[in-house]
Amino acid sequence: MLEVDLVQQLPGFTLDVRFQAPTGVTVLFGGSGAGKTTVVNAVAGLHRPESGRVALHDRVLFDLERGIWLPPHRRRIGYIFQEGRLFPHLNVRQNLLFGRWFAPKGAARDDFDRIIAMLGIAPLLERRPTGLSGGEKQRVAIGRALLSAPDMILADEPLAALDAARKEEILPYFERLRDEVKIPVLYVSHSAAEVARLATSVVVLKDGRVQRQGSAAEVLGDAQVMPTGVRAAGALLEARLLRHHPDGLSELSAGGISLFLPQVPQAPGCLLRLRILAQDVILSRQKPEGLSALNILPAEVENIRSGSGPGAMVSLKTDAGRVLARITRRSAQALELAPGSHCYAVVKSVAIARSDVSGSAAAAP
Amino acid sequence: MSWLGPEEWQAVALSLKVSIWASLLTLPLGIFAAYALARWHFPGKHLLNGLVHLPLILPPVVTGYLLLLIFGPQSAVGSALQQIGIVFAFQWTGAALAAAIMGFPLMVRAIRLSIEAVDPKLEEAAATLGASRFWVFVSVTLPLILPGILAGGILAFAKAMGEFGATITFVSNIPGQTQTLPSAIYAFLQQPGGESAALRLVAVSIVVAMGALVLSEVLARRASKRIGGA
Repeated sequence: MLEVDLVQQLPGFTLDVRFQAPTGVTVLFGGSGAGKTTVVNAVAGLHRPESGRVALHDRVLFDLERGIWLPPHRRRIGYIFQEGRLFPHLNVRQNLLFGRWFAPKGAARDDFDRIIAMLGIAPLLERRPTGLSGGEKQRVAIGRALLSAPDMILADEPLAALDAARKEEILPYFERLRDEVKIPVLYVSHSAAEVARLATSVVVLKDGRVQRQGSAAEVLGDAQVMPTGVRAAGALLEARLLRHHPDGLSELSAGGISLFLPQVPQAPGCLLRLRILAQDVILSRQKPEGLSALNILPAEVENIRSGSGPGAMVSLKTDAGRVLARITRRSAQALELAPGSHCYAVVKSVAIARSDVSGSAAAAP
Repeated sequence: MSWLGPEEWQAVALSLKVSIWASLLTLPLGIFAAYALARWHFPGKHLLNGLVHLPLILPPVVTGYLLLLIFGPQSAVGSALQQIGIVFAFQWTGAALAAAIMGFPLMVRAIRLSIEAVDPKLEEAAATLGASRFWVFVSVTLPLILPGILAGGILAFAKAMGEFGATITFVSNIPGQTQTLPSAIYAFLQQPGGESAALRLVAVSIVVAMGALVLSEVLARRASKRIGGA
């Protein structure tokens, strides 16, 4: 468990954050300039905040009142940087083993071979970092951080410098990190898709303050706190894969409701995260018939929020979980939608985009 | 090198000895000064920078005379050092001191440039992996600035081989003691019929200078290949 409580004056605003990161991936989520990197650098010890306290498990890393400030090399925090920061004068193996030199003798050492296998970097061991692709560099950087026997991992937008294909290459490794490594991971991101895929819990940072902390589904389903605008707002549903149909569709069950996706590679029985963007949901008061969309969820309106523009964000309760729909205010009036009214959420198949389906390769038909 | 007379050979050997000692012994201090100037902020930084560069811009005769005033047998520093057996005046060690001081600015400049080219983010990364400041320097900074250290060392060596004004002012021109290669060339040119000996030494000077340059290029290229550069 990481406990963070920091105050720092930054140009234009004051960073004042308090949150906790348990075992699992906590995504520090916010737009650029929200102070995310300042927070992780303070946790790592690369930047000394004006006041506050940082504690990891039972170790106090920083406490202004008690005059405690551990230098970065004594914090035992593995840091995965945005740009990898591999040492150019060492080969991949030497980069990976760098932290092991300095790890305390008694520290639990992760098995070198296991991590090499987990990251698939065995063929790269004798190569120099300069010859590696962006995705390979990031995998080595992940391994280097893990092999320093850290008490926690920090990752500062580790995918931001990569193109979409490389992101797809790296994301599964972070999922394995979340599922296989039993230490807290604080992961900085401004991407709702990464939150949807990786987060155990989310801390939303806005203008230097924690706006919301909660589970990924809670935060992503709340349009009010989305730091990256309404386009990225959407719901996160957990669904179990039921069966594959011969016509190329996979059937999933989310809270008893069947959802159909283009075939996913996983075996039936496994749990998937589905992301449904608010702008890809259509509402209907009657049960729609003669419609090409396959996924229709009976819903009850929770609330309707409209801003200054023509749009309105409708939050819906369904058996599958909370779903968001972004419609126009005019439609909301025409349909006479109000909290408590019943309707149907029509999810356009195209909404279930490839990068938004956790661990799957589904594409729109 | 039988085509060199004994006196000429003596000058060449002395110059090599003086230059090697001058460049090797100042290397740690040069790295330290370069690091301080490149990375640290401290009061008097400009003063230190000025002091380091002073020998580069002062007339060498002035530097030599100042050395004589500070380290000469009559001075307080000189006689104190004499008590513990260190004598600079009119000794080859004095020639090495003069050469070291004259080459120091060149050495510091080359190393400082290479330190400024090291990305501090790599050093931060090393710190998060558990390396203390000392180990960050040894395991990351030092290997990355190796080409600069080589370049600085060889520049200082070449400068020491050619140093004349400060040396002759400080330790005079005593054959076998303080007569370095440039001093010997100067002495031969003062003698009637000394031109051929002077020319031979000029040839040696050119060969040594070119050799040092080629060596530094080869070493620097090898080092920068090793650290993943061009």
